Amino acid sequence: MDHILEVDRLSVRFGNVEVLTELSFSVAKGSSLAVIGPNGAGKTVLFKALIGSIPSAGAIRWAPDVQIGYVPQKLALQRDVPITGMDFLQARSKRPKGSSAEISRVLDLVGISKDVSECTIGTLSGGQFQRLLVAFALLGNPSVLLLDEPTAGIDEPGQQQLNELIHRLQEEQSLTVLFISHELTVVYRYATNVLCLGRKRVCFGPPRTILTPDLLTEIYGTPVDYHVHHA
Amino acid sequence: MLENLVLAITMAIAAGLVGCFAVMRRMALAADALSHVALPGIGVALALHIHPIFGAAAMLFFGALLVWAVEGKARVDTEVVIGVLFSAALAVGSMLTSGEDLVEALFGGAGALSWPEILFGIVAAALVVAFVVTQRNRLVVMLVSPDVARTAGINVRRLNLLYLLTFALTIALGLRYLGVLLMGALIIIPAATAKRLAKNLTQMLLIAVGVAVAATVVGTGLASWLHRETGSLIVTVAACIFLLGFLRK
Repeated sequence: MDHILEVDRLSVRFGNVEVLTELSFSVAKGSSLAVIGPNGAGKTVLFKALIGSIPSAGAIRWAPDVQIGYVPQKLALQRDVPITGMDFLQARSKRPKGSSAEISRVLDLVGISKDVSECTIGTLSGGQFQRLLVAFALLGNPSVLLLDEPTAGIDEPGQQQLNELIHRLQEEQSLTVLFISHELTVVYRYATNVLCLGRKRVCFGPPRTILTPDLLTEIYGTPVDYHVHHA
Repeated sequence: MLENLVLAITMAIAAGLVGCFAVMRRMALAADALSHVALPGIGVALALHIHPIFGAAAMLFFGALLVWAVEGKARVDTEVVIGVLFSAALAVGSMLTSGEDLVEALFGGAGALSWPEILFGIVAAALVVAFVVTQRNRLVVMLVSPDVARTAGINVRRLNLLYLLTFALTIALGLRYLGVLLMGALIIIPAATAKRLAKNLTQMLLIAVGVAVAATVVGTGLASWLHRETGSLIVTVAACIFLLGFLRK
């Protein structure tokens, strides 16, 4: 199988605390990997290591010419900065003059109107801002999307729309998607494989074999309820 | 006189532009403290009978490098380091400098400028403006999220270093007029005013430049009319404009 990412014995350490220990997995091109696990298990740390923003040991091998689009969970940005959605998107474009058509295209894709894109980013709702980040990621014509809890803090209908959007983009643009989620229903529905970062052990495999009550209890340290919608 | 004004205006344009990103990065206080580090440089330069600007610039670049190095260390509190070291720099600088020289270094003093000084100032200001204009997009992405910037192919560490060096250069440019205590204010106040009034980034940059230039021109005019120090009047005018902007919104 054609892999877009191979991770071999990846370890990340902050001082004396080892957050990730000898983690190995691979991601096939065009597939979808869900990363689950309790808070503090190192899910965001894994993503930061994958994009090279924190030092790590072991090997991270991306396929040649891979283009990563990253959608972070939280931003440290002040809410009152006068940067509009459009300012942010234009900042991604390498060609200042030919960029407006490209920006309109990604705004259409993620469902943000032109009026909303002219608002300062601090005034956008959680869902609008996540869509803007996805639009920004799409401007770089990514082959891989890394989404860190893309639907956190968004209302139920908004979550569903965003999940469907990501799934649709993945199919239409043959993207590989890595996403962190606490929504096990979503994981079951959309993930090809699940990487489960537990306090004591790590497991990897298709949702059907990973999302079992016993394994989830072991990973989270407490019984976990979730509903599977069979299509 | 005219060349003095041209130089002051180019310095104000640079301060307005650089200040926008400083304010949005929440380094308003750091900016002020960083300018203090110029004082020991001025003291050493005066003792060695070389032009104070060289000593100031050298210390400012050193200060910028220090901030950059500390920011790269996750377990060191940047604000504490800046607070302690740069206040210490002010103390050491005050010991090295004295009398008229100290007052001029702290608050600026408008004396006659030599042609090399004017040319150096205009070229340096042009460099600052060119940096902000050409790197504006990268600076915006880095501001929103350094991680996103990384995946967009931006060398975040290098860009950050270049920004801090540009910032240090801008302070060096204004020392002549405003001194080490007040130059930080000309970088921060116009940008803070613009942040309140602007609806997008282009507006913010234009308003900040407008306020910085207006404060510099009006402050310089008032100084010669009232026979007062230029730096104090520039900053007072800038603060009045900020207050008006604050009341308007």
